[in-house]
Amino acid sequence: MNALIISAIMGVVMMFSGILLKQRSSVRAIALTGLFAAMVLNVMEMYGFHLFKIDATGMMKFDRFALFFNTIAMSCTFIFFLLSAKEMEKVGLNYADYFALIFFILCGIILSSTFSSLLILFLGIEIISIPLYILTGSDKKNLKSNEASLKYFLLGSFSTGLMLMGITLIYGNSGSFSMDVIAESISKPDVKPGVLLIAGLLLLMFSMAFKVSAAPFHFWTPDVYDGAPTVFTSFMATIVKAAVFIAFLRLFYYAFGEIHETWKLIIAIITALTLFIGNITAVFQQSVKRMLAYSSIAQAGFMLMAILAVNSFATEGILLYSTAYCLSTIGLFAILVKMKDYTFEGFNGFAKHQPLLAAVAVIFLLSLAGIPLTAGFLAKFYMLNAVIAKGGFLWLVVFAVLMAAISVYYYFRVIQAMYFKEGEAQAIEVSSSFKWIIGLVAAVVILLGVYPQLLFNWFYF
Amino acid sequence: MISLLLILIPLLSGIAAFFFKKENAAKGWALLSSFATVAVSILGLTILNKTELLQFKCDWLPGLGSSFSIRLDGMGQLLCLLTAISFPLIFIATWNLTYKNAHNFFALMLLSQAGLMGVFLAMDALLFYFFWELALIPVYFLCSMWGGERRIAATFKFFIYTFVGSLLMLIGLIYLQSLTPDRSFDIRSFYAAAIDSKAQHWIFWLMFVAFAIKIPVFPFHSWQPDTYEQSPTAVTMVLSGIMVKMGLFAVIRWLLPVLPSASFAYGEKMIAMWAIAGMIYASLLAWRQDDIKRLIAYSSIAHLGLMVVAIFAESEIGMQGVMIQMFNHGINIIGLWIIVEILERKYGTRKLSELGGLAQKAPAMAIFFVVIALANIALPLTNAFVGEFMMFTGIFTSQYSEYEMITVPLAGITIILGAIYTLRMVQKVIYGNTNALTETGTDIGYNEKLVLGIIVILIIAGGIYPQAFLSLTEETTKFILNEANIFPSSAK
Repeated sequence: MNALIISAIMGVVMMFSGILLKQRSSVRAIALTGLFAAMVLNVMEMYGFHLFKIDATGMMKFDRFALFFNTIAMSCTFIFFLLSAKEMEKVGLNYADYFALIFFILCGIILSSTFSSLLILFLGIEIISIPLYILTGSDKKNLKSNEASLKYFLLGSFSTGLMLMGITLIYGNSGSFSMDVIAESISKPDVKPGVLLIAGLLLLMFSMAFKVSAAPFHFWTPDVYDGAPTVFTSFMATIVKAAVFIAFLRLFYYAFGEIHETWKLIIAIITALTLFIGNITAVFQQSVKRMLAYSSIAQAGFMLMAILAVNSFATEGILLYSTAYCLSTIGLFAILVKMKDYTFEGFNGFAKHQPLLAAVAVIFLLSLAGIPLTAGFLAKFYMLNAVIAKGGFLWLVVFAVLMAAISVYYYFRVIQAMYFKEGEAQAIEVSSSFKWIIGLVAAVVILLGVYPQLLFNWFYF
Repeated sequence: MISLLLILIPLLSGIAAFFFKKENAAKGWALLSSFATVAVSILGLTILNKTELLQFKCDWLPGLGSSFSIRLDGMGQLLCLLTAISFPLIFIATWNLTYKNAHNFFALMLLSQAGLMGVFLAMDALLFYFFWELALIPVYFLCSMWGGERRIAATFKFFIYTFVGSLLMLIGLIYLQSLTPDRSFDIRSFYAAAIDSKAQHWIFWLMFVAFAIKIPVFPFHSWQPDTYEQSPTAVTMVLSGIMVKMGLFAVIRWLLPVLPSASFAYGEKMIAMWAIAGMIYASLLAWRQDDIKRLIAYSSIAHLGLMVVAIFAESEIGMQGVMIQMFNHGINIIGLWIIVEILERKYGTRKLSELGGLAQKAPAMAIFFVVIALANIALPLTNAFVGEFMMFTGIFTSQYSEYEMITVPLAGITIILGAIYTLRMVQKVIYGNTNALTETGTDIGYNEKLVLGIIVILIIAGGIYPQAFLSLTEETTKFILNEANIFPSSAK
């Protein structure tokens, strides 16, 4: 609750700071301070300190899992601010508004990771989505950005409609929006799930699959990620996506976990399809930015395995996965955003000009590809482990692993371009603080890959 | 403590080597570190050979049932010794080569040594997988950065090949873990797990593909000649001398004892046949090669094929033969690569047709070359003879073999073919008349004499007195075969 209220207040503060403050550096400083405060208060809430005594029982549940994920999301946002906040200046004139929108998105993230009523889920997803439509179109003079925004808005509202429809049907079945009541109403062993419930469940599943860009609901993703200003792509492909995954998992874990048998095959098919389309299409991309968009679909395929498995490995795994994926992708985008040429050729000879950044990028790419000693490997490992522990989907695991091997192809193309190909990568300017921060992020990626207990000890302690 | 040091020394010194600026400093540092590893390894074999010193265990990922558990057993001792000895030999033999960004080169070399050590030491499946990949990644960078003209494509093929294999192995390991009584990755839990035969067959193939690619067993070998040819010679030595042993080693430690009935079902009837086909095929190809590097690459496929056949024969003498042959083959092939590297550096070619008459110009090199070549043929008095003899005896007398009347004669043919192509190579390189290219040839330098001398001593010592290795591997062999035994009473 602490972080939710602080984020909401910060959103409003940031809107006014654009009018009151002339200097952009002070706007940035306020945003960073506010986010840091929210982060600290959130951690304190994990230890039982409540700033506000508001009774939200029945609507939201601030359990360990949700609070911990919020900490991860806010830390990643903080890193994102540190690395890329300056780049936001180049997008357009409304600098402070961008920060405001991101704070509102954070509110949405907190809502959708703590909901225990479907209403709050809907609110959370919408509060995430609407600022994202704006951010996607924030490069007002760029036609691609406008196109992406409109496309995102149209498809996004369509899927919101699906979600509302699903919620309505489920309400019709169980007479409540509360997840506990829903779970109770369907857990009677002798009653078969009715048509209303199944239809509502499927609609909810499809709309969530749309939001996490799972195939075959992924068609908006490459265009939107490619069209949006690169800084914002980095935010929405990582933190936002992870948050929606948490909501997805929470919904299917708590509300529909009892009737796992009825929906597991559909999720398995969606997972396989997502992995296949994401990886195969990424191979053919010529632009690193677009490749990362497809790679985010492919990574979503792996995260969907958590929803298929819904067990304790899955909950731990998705926390590790979102941390690993967010850190690596934010880091890569932070480097990419500084490049002028987004094609693979643009990276030729990069290692010679920027040895440190190239080495760091290698770590991020290895992590995304799931090579041991990086967090990405253990994250994937948890997912595979979760599905195998659930039993019955060995074919999916084998398939996922083959797809992971394909992903090596496109991730390593960047490494090959940076290290083994001769070329004049354009000189980019980076401050020494940027180098320090991104180096630290890479160190965290390795540390989590060697000793993930650091994360989990804190989760359970 | 010994086992931990064997990993930590190369790992930490490798990371440190990234920060060296001068080439010679990095070189010296790498050599120093590799000497330290040899010293530790020898101490572990002799005066510090105590059980509590050879093992190390601490918590790592309790939630997943995995711990950081390493231990040196007899087979591990032998292969760690091979890894430890090889690196200084490689560094000294290639001392005069200069590399661009040498500090990165040596750092990556040391990191791959750490990975190799870890593979031979790990007693926990997840840890094993970690080191398996840790050994691979540095090699990928080494080959892609310092290799030959077609290096990027060749290395990428190698990487994808082995990566697919190791991912399948990972599934196999996770699947195995889910079947263990205490859901742990510990090797003892794996041995204790009761696995029904359907699961055994699944897991066997998931894991064996990874090992078969690494060894490589025909038909998974197609990455190998290209990669050997395109890699810088120092890396080729690591790849062929040590890294391919990872596959054999893994079959012995992680496959036979864990999945005995699947190993028996497929081992001799299928995989041994593949290996035999590959041996003949590779020997014939080696015969027709003009490039020495490719010739040795194919000859290596043939030698390793025999070891695969002997492993799946599951007899005590054959298994011991495999273990000491893993060591011997590593030493011999590194010797051959050193010669190739000298030839290539001095005469700028690896083609047999362009060399000749070097016995007159470089007598010392010629002598070393002949001795190592004879070891490659497994002539009596050389180390390889002992290993191959034991393996043949093992295949022939094994209670598991049913087709020894087919496998042994066919494998015997490849020994003859081995003599043909090896002697053809020796003849074309050092005998005959000198030509324009070799006219100005000179003999080898002191560092090369030293390294080749050590290799020749190891070859002859191993040929005359193999008892030291035999007693080292005896216990492990018995243990493995006992676990792998599917017949309750040991009658045929």
